[in-house]
Amino acid sequence: MLTERLNTRNYSLFEKLKSVDYFLILIIILIGAISVFAIYSTERGEFSFYTKNHLLRLLVFFGMFLVLSFVRITFWYKNAYFFYAVCVSLLFITLFFGLMASGSRRWLDLYFLNLQPSEIMKIAIIVCFARYYHRIQTAEIQNYKFILVPLILLLIPCYLVLQQPDLGTSILIAGTGVIIIWLAGLNIKYFVYSALLLIVSLPFAVSLLKPYQKSRILTFFNPDRDPLGAGYQIIQSKIAIGSGGFFGKGFLKGTQSYLEFLPEKHTDFIFTLFSEEFGFIGSIMLLLLYILLIYRIISIGFYAKSFFSKLFCFGFASAIFLYIFVNISMVLGLLPIVGAPLPIMSYGGSSMLSIMLGLSIVMSCKIYSQDQISNY
Amino acid sequence: MQNRASSVEKSRLITRRVFMLAAAKLILLGGITSRLYSLQISDREKYELLSDKNRIREWKTPPQRGFIVDHFNNILADNDRVFQVHLDLDQIKDFNDIIFKLKNILELSNNELKKIYREKERLKPWDTLVASDNLNWTQFSKLNLYLHELEGVKPVVSSSRFYPYKNSLVHVVGYVGAASQKDIERKDVIKENLVPGLKVGKSGIEYAKETQLIGRYGIKRYEVNSSGKRISQIDYIKETQGEKIKLTVDLEVQQLAQELLKGKAGSISAMDIYTGEIIAMASSPTYDPNKFTHGIGHKDWGEIRDDPLKPLVNKSIAGLYSPGSTFKPLVALAALEFGTIDPERPILCKGHKHPYELYDVKYHCWKKQGHGYMRLRNAIKQSCDIYFYEMARLLGVDRLAIIAKRYGLGSNILKDLYFDEKKGVVPNTLWKKNAIGKSWYLGETVINGIGQGYIQTTPLQLCLMTAQIANGGYKIKPHIIRDESINYESARLKIANQFVNETADFSNDEKFLVDRDYKLYERLYRDPKNIEFIKDAMFGSTNEQYGTSYKSRYDDVKYQYAGKTGTSQVKRITEEERKLDLDQSQIEYKNRDHALFIAFAPYKNPRYSISVLVEHGGSGSSGAAPLASKLIKKIIDRHSLREQIEKGSTSLA
Repeated sequence: MLTERLNTRNYSLFEKLKSVDYFLILIIILIGAISVFAIYSTERGEFSFYTKNHLLRLLVFFGMFLVLSFVRITFWYKNAYFFYAVCVSLLFITLFFGLMASGSRRWLDLYFLNLQPSEIMKIAIIVCFARYYHRIQTAEIQNYKFILVPLILLLIPCYLVLQQPDLGTSILIAGTGVIIIWLAGLNIKYFVYSALLLIVSLPFAVSLLKPYQKSRILTFFNPDRDPLGAGYQIIQSKIAIGSGGFFGKGFLKGTQSYLEFLPEKHTDFIFTLFSEEFGFIGSIMLLLLYILLIYRIISIGFYAKSFFSKLFCFGFASAIFLYIFVNISMVLGLLPIVGAPLPIMSYGGSSMLSIMLGLSIVMSCKIYSQDQISNY
Repeated sequence: MQNRASSVEKSRLITRRVFMLAAAKLILLGGITSRLYSLQISDREKYELLSDKNRIREWKTPPQRGFIVDHFNNILADNDRVFQVHLDLDQIKDFNDIIFKLKNILELSNNELKKIYREKERLKPWDTLVASDNLNWTQFSKLNLYLHELEGVKPVVSSSRFYPYKNSLVHVVGYVGAASQKDIERKDVIKENLVPGLKVGKSGIEYAKETQLIGRYGIKRYEVNSSGKRISQIDYIKETQGEKIKLTVDLEVQQLAQELLKGKAGSISAMDIYTGEIIAMASSPTYDPNKFTHGIGHKDWGEIRDDPLKPLVNKSIAGLYSPGSTFKPLVALAALEFGTIDPERPILCKGHKHPYELYDVKYHCWKKQGHGYMRLRNAIKQSCDIYFYEMARLLGVDRLAIIAKRYGLGSNILKDLYFDEKKGVVPNTLWKKNAIGKSWYLGETVINGIGQGYIQTTPLQLCLMTAQIANGGYKIKPHIIRDESINYESARLKIANQFVNETADFSNDEKFLVDRDYKLYERLYRDPKNIEFIKDAMFGSTNEQYGTSYKSRYDDVKYQYAGKTGTSQVKRITEEERKLDLDQSQIEYKNRDHALFIAFAPYKNPRYSISVLVEHGGSGSSGAAPLASKLIKKIIDRHSLREQIEKGSTSLA
């Protein structure tokens, strides 16, 4: 009874190709293309290091996405815990053997790529939770035993990432986990209780933060506190976006980024650059593309038969929304500056890898939507 | 079946929650959109401004000062290229460190360092400090070499005032120095043009004509990156040069005048008697205005300030002296105009044994053995004091004052051009009541008759007085800044025009005997014969035997001039001293007489007037007249050149 029976059937290649979501692919290509232009602009219209790397990664990971899309969804189901375990181990290894850069140890040197395991963890946690909740009955979800296990599963990677230290990614992983627990059906009261608990413990938590993290948060509440220091990024980012106006300054004409007023314009602040050059209208278009992407993923979830697929799709869609929301709110000065890349747009291999991996699992859900995964 | 039911229930739950989540997402998206809207549409202008402020930095470039040129277009105040070091205080992190490095690179002295630190105290933390505004080329190139180590240090090529003729014209042209807080408050134009290291006029024409001279600052707009590094120049509104100020001064005459006064304290002024153009206005001792441009050193300043001959005083207009006998022509003229003397009446001068007495007070003639019987012409020619005591007594001080004022004494003659110009004193009974609070004594009238007592004049006033006698008694407007509307021909024409509708009956014109304002070129005399009489007497004084300046005469009609010497006592001569009969060289310098001389030339058809004053120079005939003689020759030699320029021929410029 405890052995899992997988209700599977064989698909012909034609069937598989027919059920590929071409619309999703189109959206990914569009966002990818925009991202190349944006990175190109950070280099003042020179096709050099960042642009080349970004384009190369985009092509490689897009290829990977296409290939992995045909991996059967049951594969992910079967290997979910293993995937999670690998990621946790990588995080563990990173803590000791990771590459040190600007005060934190986040990367593993894999020769062809500096892998950031925390980025992969973002996907692993969704896969892991989807698998976990797949088996659990609605009634059982409220059971303490079944609350405690996912909490532990979530806290381990969060803690490891926080140790790097990487507050942003840690928060994103935690947020993703919480959303999935919510989607799985945990009673709303638990969320209310924990929110209250969080607020109460906030002063205590703040005292545990690193001085630069504290300063970032203080600065968020008052950017003028130190306009040339910690508040600099927020102020300059707001100036860049605001000065873009309705139509923007035009492609390659963003003076803020061109004149190096924008910090980290390739990564976390790529939206700022885009918004400065393409204005309100461009920013809204980009947001719409992201909304379409999320919508598409959610609709794939609806048509999937298995609960695993549904939960993964909904979870992943919410995670993407979370990344976008945190990133954009951050550059708009609505949230404190924590390192959080904008999916696909931001320069960075691991982030791209993680998003493409997630998307390939989503595509797998679509192609193998008829796959039933039995609970027992 | 239960499993199946559970599965369905699970699906329904997750769908419900997805929708709830989607709603939450939409709300959050709405938040982001409204934020974008507020930044990019509502507050767009604010952020555009901030972006430009980020991107564009402005540098004001210093205005170019206008040139000051002489009558022949010689540049008296020029602009020179100078190398400066500016420190942007807001960009300097460790001020002491930068100053230490600068000290080593530029080999600054301790005094200069002190000055920099003092300056820093005064400035705001975002101001620019001019650490040195006159580096030599070696220092400047060395500075550029080390620039990468000196954040906030800016080498600047600027322009600064340069006076090629050094100390020849400092009293006329003035000098410039760093703009002080007082300067900034004084003139808006200075405030507007204020750039670090701006130099503004501190005295003379430089001070008076600041508004015209200063020019307008330029603006260089650069696109800068976040570390303030200039990326490209966007805009350059070039600075403009101030107006050129053309003076009436003749550089060569001025230089000769200064040369003649070398080693002495005194003044020489020369004027065109028809146009009122000042040809020279020398004051001695003098100093080099270039020293002030970059801030004068303590030692140099001390030397100038403490010099007992007072180089800082422009003696031509700010030095007050008793006119002595140079006042006599005017006393005589007044007596003739009021008819209080018969010029043919002889008065006996018996020398020191029988001085002039009035209420038991004795008044001596300068000539020990006396002049004998004197008529007016001879009394002027030989400068007999006894004659003038008597004449002044008959005339009365109030009548004398009317004429003295009319011919230019007792008031500022260059108006507001020089802030240090002094009015002097033309005393009368009312003046004494007001100024001293006592009644007038007749004895004071008597000594007033020989230009002693309360009367105080500046050398330039004496020059004007001489000019207005020499030109036949017409009012002129002395000026040192060229006025295109005034020239010799128009002046002569205007003088002639006033007689067109007036049949000249000179005998009883009472309106020329009262104190009133006169229009430009209006006649100042009642009877032209009186003027002619004075001019003739002055001719005698220089060109006839026994004349006081006979030794300095020219026989050549071209240079022949008419003059009047003056020797003004600076100290009352006591009876004991009079008995000792000391030679001037035996008297202590500060007690020696001032030597004065006034003249106009050429005698036939006069064009120029001149006044010479040498402080403690002894007698006018030996101390002042020879200087005047030399200068007159020079002025007359240059007359035709001057005329050519006047007529617009610039080929000689």
